[in-house]
Amino acid sequence: MNAPLFKFDSFGNEFSLIVAVIIGIGFGFFLERAGFGSAKKLAAQFYFRDLAVFKVMFTAIVTAMIGIFYLSWIGFVDLSLVYLTPTNLLPQVVGGLLLGIGFVIGGYCPGTSVVASSTGKIDGVIYLVGVIFGIFVFGEFFPLIENFYNSSDMGKVTLPQYFNLPYGLVVFAVVLMALGGFIGAEKVEKIFAKKSLEK
Amino acid sequence: MTTISGTLSDEKEKVKSREHTPKPYMNPYLAGFGLGLVLLASFVIMGRGLGASGAFSSFIATTVNTVAPEHAAGNHFYAEYLGDGTTNPLKDWLVFEVIGVLIGGFISGTLAGRIKKTVERGPAFSSKMRLLFAFGGGTLMGIGAKLARGCTSGQALTGGALLNLGSWAFMMMVFAGAYMMAYFVRRQWL
Repeated sequence: MNAPLFKFDSFGNEFSLIVAVIIGIGFGFFLERAGFGSAKKLAAQFYFRDLAVFKVMFTAIVTAMIGIFYLSWIGFVDLSLVYLTPTNLLPQVVGGLLLGIGFVIGGYCPGTSVVASSTGKIDGVIYLVGVIFGIFVFGEFFPLIENFYNSSDMGKVTLPQYFNLPYGLVVFAVVLMALGGFIGAEKVEKIFAKKSLEK
Repeated sequence: MTTISGTLSDEKEKVKSREHTPKPYMNPYLAGFGLGLVLLASFVIMGRGLGASGAFSSFIATTVNTVAPEHAAGNHFYAEYLGDGTTNPLKDWLVFEVIGVLIGGFISGTLAGRIKKTVERGPAFSSKMRLLFAFGGGTLMGIGAKLARGCTSGQALTGGALLNLGSWAFMMMVFAGAYMMAYFVRRQWL
């Protein structure tokens, strides 16, 4: 096992911040390339006009998922050292709903609004101000909702662990699901393209 | 002379038309593949994934701590981002990563001729209302992301690729919430 490099003390904290900027540049670059600096492009997902959000997200998930699966399988990456956010199901379900509603109202998510801001979208900048205000509101009310925030604590748990299935089998199932989703997405786009022509 | 000035103005015209017609977006599967490789690199090099909302939490915690240190120290949410006080909370991995996102977006936008001061909205929607919606949507997103322990990058992308149970539940709910709400705000976009 040689990786994650940082966890094996290949470099220190100071250098990790340089890595952060470089990885961030790659992240921002591909978000912008995909068209995710545009609220109209992102929102089109929820009107079935352009399913780029789904396609890009799931291609990215599948790519990284297969990569980390094989790299840990050949013994290059120690998967137990890759940080996994603990699951608190109830607050995550409610948070996800709120976030989805905020997504279609605001037109961005936090990451894409940074890209929108850097390419001159004023609504992206205002959206970011909103996100910062929302986190402040959350922080101020935190003592009141702390119990809910910490409820339904399931610890660090993955789908294979929860359903007691082999890791590789779940990876395979997600790939199949994604491929099915991509085929469906192409069909849906064609149907809605026809519809707008008929109007 | 005339030929030289002729080619010069031709060049100028070319530059102008390039500015006015931005390059098309990348194929979504190719862009997703690139994004996935960046995420994989982060796993392999750092042992962690990508994020965005956490950087803004560090910023808020620092600001509150500057204005009202006692108030911040008594709140578990701020206190977690402030740490033990030995390091500046802004000297954080996610803060630097988001600075990178800002640079990366600008580089890509510049290369493609997509840098433009504008407000994105549907034809029947006013700019003022759009900015109001952007602020409101952002606020909801900020609250939701903190409740869910991450946003689209930290939970859906990163946790999705690691097959994290909570992340997959979160991701389904994001799509559910957005599709539920979409009809009511359609005038903003269509």
